[in-house]
Amino acid sequence: MLRTISLSKSLTSTLTKMGPRAMSTTSILPQVQDVPSSKLGGRYTVTLIPGDGIGQETSSAVKTIFKAANVPVDWEQFDVSGYTSADDLTFKQSVESLRRNKVGLKGILYTPVSSLGHSSFNVTIRKDLDMYASLVLCKNIPGYPTRHEGVDFAIIRENTEGEYSGLEHQSYPGVVESLKVITRTKSERIARFAFDFALRNNRKKVTCIHKANIMKLADGLFLNTCREVSKEYASSGIKFDDMIVDNASMQLVSKPQQFDVMVMPNLYGNIVSNVGAGLVGGPGIVPGCNIGREYAMFEPGCRHVGKDIQGRNSANPSAMILSSVMMLRHLGLDDHANKIANAVSKTIMGGAVKTPDMGGSSTTTDFTFAVISNL
Amino acid sequence: MFATQRTAVAFKGLKALSAKTAMRSMASQAASTMPGAFNAKKNANGNYTVTLIPGDGIGPEISESVVKIYKAAGVPIEWEPVSVTPVLKNGKVAIPDEALHSVKKNTVALKGPLATPIGKGHVSLNLTLRRTFNLYANVRPCKSVVGFKTPYDNVDTVLIRENTEGEYSGIEHEVVDGVVQSIKLITKDASDRCARYAFHYAKETGRNRVTAVHKANIMKLSDGLFLSSCQEVAREFPEVKFDDLLLDRACLQIVQDPSIYADTVMVMPNLYGDILSDMSAGLIGGLGLTPSGNIGRDASIFEAVHGTAPDIAGQDKANPTALLFSSVLMLRHMSLNSFADQIEKATLKVIADGKVLTGDLGGRSTNTEFTNAIISEL
Repeated sequence: MLRTISLSKSLTSTLTKMGPRAMSTTSILPQVQDVPSSKLGGRYTVTLIPGDGIGQETSSAVKTIFKAANVPVDWEQFDVSGYTSADDLTFKQSVESLRRNKVGLKGILYTPVSSLGHSSFNVTIRKDLDMYASLVLCKNIPGYPTRHEGVDFAIIRENTEGEYSGLEHQSYPGVVESLKVITRTKSERIARFAFDFALRNNRKKVTCIHKANIMKLADGLFLNTCREVSKEYASSGIKFDDMIVDNASMQLVSKPQQFDVMVMPNLYGNIVSNVGAGLVGGPGIVPGCNIGREYAMFEPGCRHVGKDIQGRNSANPSAMILSSVMMLRHLGLDDHANKIANAVSKTIMGGAVKTPDMGGSSTTTDFTFAVISNL
Repeated sequence: MFATQRTAVAFKGLKALSAKTAMRSMASQAASTMPGAFNAKKNANGNYTVTLIPGDGIGPEISESVVKIYKAAGVPIEWEPVSVTPVLKNGKVAIPDEALHSVKKNTVALKGPLATPIGKGHVSLNLTLRRTFNLYANVRPCKSVVGFKTPYDNVDTVLIRENTEGEYSGIEHEVVDGVVQSIKLITKDASDRCARYAFHYAKETGRNRVTAVHKANIMKLSDGLFLSSCQEVAREFPEVKFDDLLLDRACLQIVQDPSIYADTVMVMPNLYGDILSDMSAGLIGGLGLTPSGNIGRDASIFEAVHGTAPDIAGQDKANPTALLFSSVLMLRHMSLNSFADQIEKATLKVIADGKVLTGDLGGRSTNTEFTNAIISEL
């Protein structure tokens, strides 16, 4: 029943590039078929969607740093906003651009709560381009102590179905049904992604997070599929276990060190990645990406718009910068990636320049310049 | 016919107004429209009768502790112990009738942990109780316990979870091989009554703010309905503040700084509540210290949500705190606030002193010693 999804050529080549896991971005992404080749003069074109809230500020931090570090990346920027409906066209153009460039860097777009508002642009991009795997890395950053030490786990989240199917209807006034869809095919490919990720990044254990005791069919299918896939990886020494989502959340805040790679359906991923980000220092420092067979889009792992601190020059751009570092590794620009990752690391370690979320009073610009001076 | 009835009601309302102050009559009105508000009568001895379901594993020992402490504190409660060990009824596994009748009669019960029978065809006992008594809202307060160190020492959250529908509706089917649909069901009625209880609880406990936690940006209709129900109910309680919060932010902020929720009652659909309540328990040291109450239309059941711990059952090692705190929640539900405060204070004092602690709290004392220590602090 299980199909084997062929691994790409680029995987074998990235394997040899594996370096020490110093910063949380040094991970090898499995299963991306097409890593774009460089174009004219060894330069890459990347789609940039800064997003709402703090997106403009953190994106311009990345742009400034890339310029200072002479990174051979040209941006195709689209200032889409989720606050206005007038941006539908720009949004379509940005998706087209992403389709062309195959690689993007993105902030978070606002989604209205009202039932009359448009459906989430963020979800639409991921679904349209079938970027089915979300990867978020939660790791303590040296120089930024939090309540928990020794946290280092990867959250792999199914991105295209589950509770975010978008299928809802009111069957009778006051009675609403929302469909959660779980399929074997999609469960299998996310499970494979998780095990491949574990394999290539020297991780030891994959934990499936679910609620199969209650949702026996839906989460049961997800769990069983993960279990099936795990058998194929047993010979490589990767362990598999599972945990019910409410217990997992409790364990995360009390003993987060026990987790290594976690794989789960869509909604639990939202919960776990926010809990995880909270453990290591917040949305300002956690990078992430969305990966499909053809496309890869890098965005802060904790997906917060940051409307409350918008325009104050106080956002921590680390999450966006580290996401862009992951992107550079994806493009094969490892030297540039290392240079920037080290500079961020040094800046945070130094402790002189801290944004308010880290307990300091420096601005986004201060932080950006500090990173540049550490390049 | 209808007109006369309406006049009668209006007249009664007027009389009430003249008797009490306007404020108080409003409060009593809100309380009376609250399904599940406690209104049982005292028995001939001047005591309330409460059903006690000791449960399995360590259940009987920790129930015994509660009974002893209540006796020492002179709480006006008479216990009616019942067993819920399943029996066969018409070929189906069911809860014994005496147990059901007892809960129905007393409208309030305290319950120890129950072992879930493994195997097919069993509907869990908890689920049966929930359905039988329409236990529609689950209350989970979590407060840091001084003397038991965790990475967090400023937790004081209250979470109210819709308990009958949502993601746990149990409606699922396989459309074709490998494609499963699971239905999250949100209804206005269930959302309304859950929201109403949250506001009622906020008012009773003086927190004066209710925060709805939802994901209505993605699930616009279902979570949207839950949110709009909360907004509507909020208008009935002008003295209680209302705001709402995306699930993402709630998860993040509880982990980063739980103290920002110390003045509010969080209300949310089933799954989110399940996850967040256990997570909040994790912040203060696990399920061994957290109370839980199930508010229902026909009865309310207060319970310890931890396991039956069969490995230490019968060895006098169990920690009765969760059941005791659940009973404190029950006392507040019954408006026996002074007893609630007294018992809670004594228990917290014993834990804070750190001299007599059970194994799970890092001590070496037995349950009996711990219980006696609480009694001597009363």
